[in-house]
Amino acid sequence: MELAGLVKRYGPATAVDGLSLTARRGEVTAILGPNGAGKTTTVEVCEGYRRADGGTVRVLGLDPVRDAAALKPRLGVMLQAGGIPPAVPAGEYLSTLSRFHVKPHDTAWLLDIAGLTAHAKTPYKRLSGGQQQRLSLAAAVLGRPELVFLDEPTAGMDPQARHATWDLVTALRADGVSVILTTHFMEEAERLADHVVIIDHGRTVADGSPVSLTGSAGQLRFRAEPGLDLDSLLAALPAGSAGKESPAGRYLIEVPGGTVQPALLAAVTAWCADRGVLPSSLQIESRTLEDVFLELTGRDLRG
Amino acid sequence: MTTTAATATATAAEPGTWTPAPGAAPLRRMIAAQAVQETRQLVRNGEQLTLMLVIPLLLLVAFSLEPLVNFGGGYTRIDFLTPGVIALAVMSTAFTSQAIGTGFERRYGVLKRLGATPLSRQGLIAAKTATVIAVELLQAVIILLVGLALGWSPDASPAAVVVVPLLVLLGTAAFSGLALLLAGTLRAEATLAAANLIYVVLLGIGGVVFPLTKFPAGARPLLELLPTGALSTGLRGALANANAFPARDVLTLAVWAVVSVALAARFFRWE
Repeated sequence: MELAGLVKRYGPATAVDGLSLTARRGEVTAILGPNGAGKTTTVEVCEGYRRADGGTVRVLGLDPVRDAAALKPRLGVMLQAGGIPPAVPAGEYLSTLSRFHVKPHDTAWLLDIAGLTAHAKTPYKRLSGGQQQRLSLAAAVLGRPELVFLDEPTAGMDPQARHATWDLVTALRADGVSVILTTHFMEEAERLADHVVIIDHGRTVADGSPVSLTGSAGQLRFRAEPGLDLDSLLAALPAGSAGKESPAGRYLIEVPGGTVQPALLAAVTAWCADRGVLPSSLQIESRTLEDVFLELTGRDLRG
Repeated sequence: MTTTAATATATAAEPGTWTPAPGAAPLRRMIAAQAVQETRQLVRNGEQLTLMLVIPLLLLVAFSLEPLVNFGGGYTRIDFLTPGVIALAVMSTAFTSQAIGTGFERRYGVLKRLGATPLSRQGLIAAKTATVIAVELLQAVIILLVGLALGWSPDASPAAVVVVPLLVLLGTAAFSGLALLLAGTLRAEATLAAANLIYVVLLGIGGVVFPLTKFPAGARPLLELLPTGALSTGLRGALANANAFPARDVLTLAVWAVVSVALAARFFRWE
């Protein structure tokens, strides 16, 4: 899947503003971004729901709007919410959908792997949120697709179902299915994705494997009163340390390419002690995707 | 449940389970599957069933057994009512029920999700049409049987075999176009309210149980140009008056069908 310079406007608002990304076949690509960043719009352009206002879109080498008839059977789609008639029983929904495909998976087996066998006759509206998500996921993989779009697949699932879903994505990938995933869970992206794309304000702000994005830099975080003199603090630390305050009152000291050594911790606390500052929530950790995300967008994913 | 999900994962992870093998089923099979599901949905839905069967049958029985209205025109009560109630049944299925159903499908993202399946929009419209016609046939059989049991004796020319299906098909197209115009442009709740209101108004002024001859002479030509008025008048002409070809009513319904379907095609929004 390849997007170059994608632009999508809704009236005067620009939802996607020159976004480019490449998702390779057979890989799991995670698209991360704060609410309103353009994730869903981007995915919906690829699914053929929306026509791009600019740029080029190729999905499995096809144009999602012009070649819709050829492309649709090869895709599996799980929408963020809904899409299933509320009064239709889970089993009946899957059997109807299975009649749309030449070689669908067995409906009873799919219900089983979705943990819904006992609910085959339950109307969609009476399923719990997590069960609804699992049914929607089962529907997305039913037609043996080549490329699966999962929009927030584990939102509302309990931890057990979430792990089962992660195992399913792993199994899909192992069998050569490409997966495009949007998610709010960093752990999900870190575990599953070969390739992570972070978008904000309709543009790509970072792009790479989870490891290349998080790097190996050790970091030290603490909270204290806002407005400490960072230049002075950095001057007291071993050479090569970097630091910043974002948001106010939250400090981050990084050792790019290295790990935090005991001497660095001692220097930070000594510097604070000299000024009568008590750092709280002091943590030493490696960077996570969440940190990368927060730094790049200034926003919490779930916020 | 937890156990089920955990055990199942082992099966799902078997190598080769998910190897891609996509492909669209033949169009006819997709349309049939979708139509069967939509028909089941309608038959299971109590409110829709009330609208499509209970109300027409109640009107048929109540107005034929009790002299609530003097129909005039030399008809027996049941001979006047049966064609009108068939027109009402067509309106309830093709217009009211379809508008409400489609409005909520749009709201719940059902139409959007179907847009990601191999079933094309034309295929979906074909499935909806097949559903409406299947339900209408079911209604027709029940209404005709109840009518006959109540002493209905149609006075029809042989041409009625062609004219009645033609009127019903044109009426179905006209009402479906209006239904999709409402459902595809308004919010689901507004569609629900408008479809029910229009149903009640057209039941009152559409020549279903109250003869159009009872309305002021100036209003009658207009009422006969409404789709319900044209359908009930045309059906009554064919089934009670041995009128070989109710040309004006056929033409009226054809114009409604062309205009409403064109407007629906132009303004329908899928999300």
